Amino acid sequence: MEDVPSVLPDGEPAPRDGALPSSALTHLGERPFGAYVHVPFCSVRCGYCDFNTYTLTELGMPGAGVSSYADAALAEVALAADVLGPARPPIDTVFVGGGTPTMLRSRDLVRIVDGLRDAFGLAEGVEITTEANPDSVTPDSLRELADGGFTRVSLGMQSAVPHVLRTLERTHDPANVGRVVEAVRAAGMQVSVDLIYGTPGESLGDWRTSLEAAVAMEPDHISAYALVVEDGTKLAAQVRRGLVTMPDDDDEADKYELADEMLSTAGFGWYEVSNWATSPTTRCRHNEGYWADGDWWGIGPGAHSHVGGVRWWNVKHPNAFAGRVNAGDSPAAGRELLTEEQRYDERVLLGVRLVEGLPLDLVRPDGRRAVAGLVADGLLDGPSAVRDARAVLTRRGRLLADTVVRRLLGY
Amino acid sequence: MSPMATTALPPAATPPELIRNFCIIAHIDHGKSTLADRMLQITGVVEERAMRAQYLDRMDIERERGITIKSQAVRMPWAAEGTTYCLNMIDTPGHVDFTYEVSRSLAACEGAVLLVDAAQGIEAQTLANLYLAMENDLTIIPVLNKIDLPAAQPEKYAAELAGLIGCDPEDVLRVSGKTGEGVEELLDQIVGQLPAPEGDADKPARAMIFDSVYDTYRGVVTYVRVIDGQLSPREKIAMMSTKATHELLEIGVISPEPVPSKGLGVGEVGYLITGVKDVRQSRVGDTVTNAAKPAGDALGGYRDPKPMVFSGLYPIDGSDYPILRDALDRLKLNDAALVYEPETSAALGFGFRVGFLGMLHLEIVRERLEREFNLDLISTLPNVVYEVALDDGRTHTVTNPSEFPEGKIAEITEPVVRATLLAPSEFVGAIMELCQSRRGSLRGMDYLSEDRVEMRYTLPLAEIVFDFFDALKSRTRGYASLDYEPDGEQTADLVKVDILLQGDKVDAFSSIVHRDKAYAYGTLMATKLKELIPRQQFEVPIQAAIGARVIARENIRAIRKDVLAKCYGGDISRKRKLLEKQKEGKKRMKMVGSVEVPQEAFIAALSQDSGSEKKK
Ligand SMILES: Nc1nc2c(ncn2[C@@H]2O[C@H](COP(=O)(O)OP(=O)(O)OP(=O)(O)O)[C@@H](O)[C@H]2O)c(=O)[nH]1
Ligand SMILES: C[S@@+](CC[C@H](N)C(=O)[O-])C[C@H]1O[C@@H](n2cnc3c(N)ncnc32)[C@H](O)[C@@H]1O
Ligand code: SF4
Ligand SMILES: [Mg+2]
Repeated sequence: MEDVPSVLPDGEPAPRDGALPSSALTHLGERPFGAYVHVPFCSVRCGYCDFNTYTLTELGMPGAGVSSYADAALAEVALAADVLGPARPPIDTVFVGGGTPTMLRSRDLVRIVDGLRDAFGLAEGVEITTEANPDSVTPDSLRELADGGFTRVSLGMQSAVPHVLRTLERTHDPANVGRVVEAVRAAGMQVSVDLIYGTPGESLGDWRTSLEAAVAMEPDHISAYALVVEDGTKLAAQVRRGLVTMPDDDDEADKYELADEMLSTAGFGWYEVSNWATSPTTRCRHNEGYWADGDWWGIGPGAHSHVGGVRWWNVKHPNAFAGRVNAGDSPAAGRELLTEEQRYDERVLLGVRLVEGLPLDLVRPDGRRAVAGLVADGLLDGPSAVRDARAVLTRRGRLLADTVVRRLLGY
Repeated sequence: MSPMATTALPPAATPPELIRNFCIIAHIDHGKSTLADRMLQITGVVEERAMRAQYLDRMDIERERGITIKSQAVRMPWAAEGTTYCLNMIDTPGHVDFTYEVSRSLAACEGAVLLVDAAQGIEAQTLANLYLAMENDLTIIPVLNKIDLPAAQPEKYAAELAGLIGCDPEDVLRVSGKTGEGVEELLDQIVGQLPAPEGDADKPARAMIFDSVYDTYRGVVTYVRVIDGQLSPREKIAMMSTKATHELLEIGVISPEPVPSKGLGVGEVGYLITGVKDVRQSRVGDTVTNAAKPAGDALGGYRDPKPMVFSGLYPIDGSDYPILRDALDRLKLNDAALVYEPETSAALGFGFRVGFLGMLHLEIVRERLEREFNLDLISTLPNVVYEVALDDGRTHTVTNPSEFPEGKIAEITEPVVRATLLAPSEFVGAIMELCQSRRGSLRGMDYLSEDRVEMRYTLPLAEIVFDFFDALKSRTRGYASLDYEPDGEQTADLVKVDILLQGDKVDAFSSIVHRDKAYAYGTLMATKLKELIPRQQFEVPIQAAIGARVIARENIRAIRKDVLAKCYGGDISRKRKLLEKQKEGKKRMKMVGSVEVPQEAFIAALSQDSGSEKKK
């Protein structure tokens, strides 16, 4: 998932022109470079969702409404090209997330990709993904995306069980999902589905039903997320009032294990804690970039970026965003220049979630000393540690990844 | 009505016949400090614009809680029938924890104003303080306060009060500390009824120290009442117990701020400053005399207050231990009742076992330590002192349950108190039931009036000191009041309950309880801890045990999932900050064996559900 949560971190102010310290640019292009485009619109807000997204009624008079959004996004693309300068690398992956990107016309989405191509160039074999709601696409709109260069579509399926979808306040017709998967494939793109487990009232049987339904559609990729009750959401209020029960960790652990079992049987291999793919070529490379501490520029309201140890994030509201970029200013709201210590923590924190694991020679001595204990506790895979000198999570370890990270970081 | 005195009499030159020393005593909240306010105002020692409610409650904690903790003495002029007198008034605390403050004040006086709230009537500390005053042979002036209240029943309570002290209901004065009504009359009566101090001006000086306070700027300020002779500035004085001599740098009276004077004579109350830095060199109860011409016999002193409740105090941040030690040393300077010695806990680290007069005293000391010295503290479950006799003849004094001796126990004794409970007669049944459940035995019962009963019980201190008062209030809709005083020891069937995490004893949770209550304590702690301790990578059994016998158990199941599956893609900062927070939190973890227990769990498990709030 590449999306933008609704609360921004604290940080230092970002410069008005968006300039980056030269130190951030020295290694640019040595590793894959990504672009994330955040589309902050949805037709309704789901009760569990705290992403930076707005319904049209919430927006009222659109400053950067749906129609003019692409122009605002393109303005930031131009700024990005400027800031990174002549050394800017071609783009290896594009991910358009939301929100619901397919609230925009396919034409507009393609226009944004065109803009990226013009400003940066697209690398050979570029991966271009958009998220989509099953109800917001048609065979035609999908074909238009494929023609415009899109290679993947990630669909918000969430569940196949009507009462679960109702609790999640998902409005789509579950029968639609299969048809859309078909249509994406017919258009020549890869397809992924997102699932959520641990919804109040969801039984283990319900979850099995959803997994079976997802597998039956034969997507290339499946993401499965444990439901998080985020502060400030309608779901959180319902939990507080006792209308629904808080998701239970043990139940979610059972469901994760079931998912991993069923998905591997069906030919999906895990490559990140919450992501499974039919083969290394159907993984989401853009996503991998996040975990591999890669560089990417995030475009759009509230989008996050990372370039060479500088993390920054944009102003949240679409109108504020449009105002900034249209005036030629950087939309960045704040940023962090990471210390060596912080970068190290992040590399461990992110890298350990991948199936390749963390090369042990990246880990400091106190962390390496923890490895034997983690293997003994069944959290890290023994052979990988010994043979390949890599810290690779076991299934149990994936569920306790935070514990593993803490122990590798020596506290 | 007397006119306001125009010129105050000069200290050191006021004949004893013109001096009246009195204190105001009452049940908590019956209005002592408010009445004192009116006296300060009417006598003119505090100007109108400087006035504020409970003027003499000077400490922050007193003002916030609206209660008096320390006695305060003030010299005021008052003219009655054309003669100007000097009144020394002492406002005293009403809470049972601070009874010793009252007894010290009484020794500096010839009379006491016994104040009773005209809407409440006689309550337990009314009796307790009256008896104290009578033991000190003081002349009592009975006064009903708050007569302005619509709910006041002056007729009824005048009769009650008259019955109690054996006077005519007509002789009970009626005042309002709020409006000032009747206060001038009361001042006249103080002059008229109270005896003047007696003493011999020509004898060597003898002055009783009734308070001694450390002040950052001026060193130790010692409050005295002169019995014989005279004290003058710059002379050398001697402490009769230690023979230590000091020069009198300053001497004066409080009116209501310190005013230096030419000395203090027979019957006068005032303060001394000698430049000593430690109150122990100027001890409460000691007698001050002239170094050059010392007196032969010291005055009778005070008994040191005895701590009733003990609790361990530990800094949450272990490196604050030296600050805590210095802070206790500092508070001790002004609080003779505070006793402490270092102790260590496997679970909590280095701290102190501290003795207190009661739960309010504990709360106040803790609050002052936290506030004035910027400390974060954990306090262990309070307990009383036990004497444990072993079969081999040795006995141990146990102030900390984890020091409960191993070995075959012959008998255990616990402190008991003589408790007085006052309540409307309809609550007799409820009170009896409560006292029964607290292992009390009824010693006697009297009707103070038609509908007010005094019940006297012997109760184990451990049963009364922690949450008894709250239970009493809730069963009597707030109408009952309670007073108690130590009354020796008794043997009892007590056991030590230990709490074990994964087989390791957590010393801070051990408690000595009556055998009948062991199971309840064990279950309570086990369930509390199950809630409070986060799940670990392995299963953690919690057990409550008496010796090797397990009486209650719970299980914390192993954690199975802590990873955030939903990742904030781009927002890595958020994830890292979460991690950094956990890193911080780790500092607040204590290891019990291999179990990580957050400080918060200790604090919450050790906090009592029922506090010892202000006893109203
Ligand atoms: N209406 C009315 N209220 C009064 C009067 N005297 C005191 N009060 C109120 O009673 C409460 C307690 O008054 P204090 O003067 O603090 O009582 P105290 O006896 O000094 O209390 P402790 O020092 O804690 O024992 C306060 O809210 C006062 O405002 C009075 O004459 N009339
Ligand atoms: C921002 S959404 C974008 C996709 C699209 N708007 C949709 O909802 O179908 C990406 C995915 O995040 C997951 N997600 C959103 N909120 C979540 C939450 N509170 N807990 C767990 N997963 C969540 C859902 O699976 C969702 O498909
Ligand atoms: S459609 Fe997706 S982004 Fe929009 S509110 Fe629902 S979960 Fe959030
Ligand atoms: Mg008071």
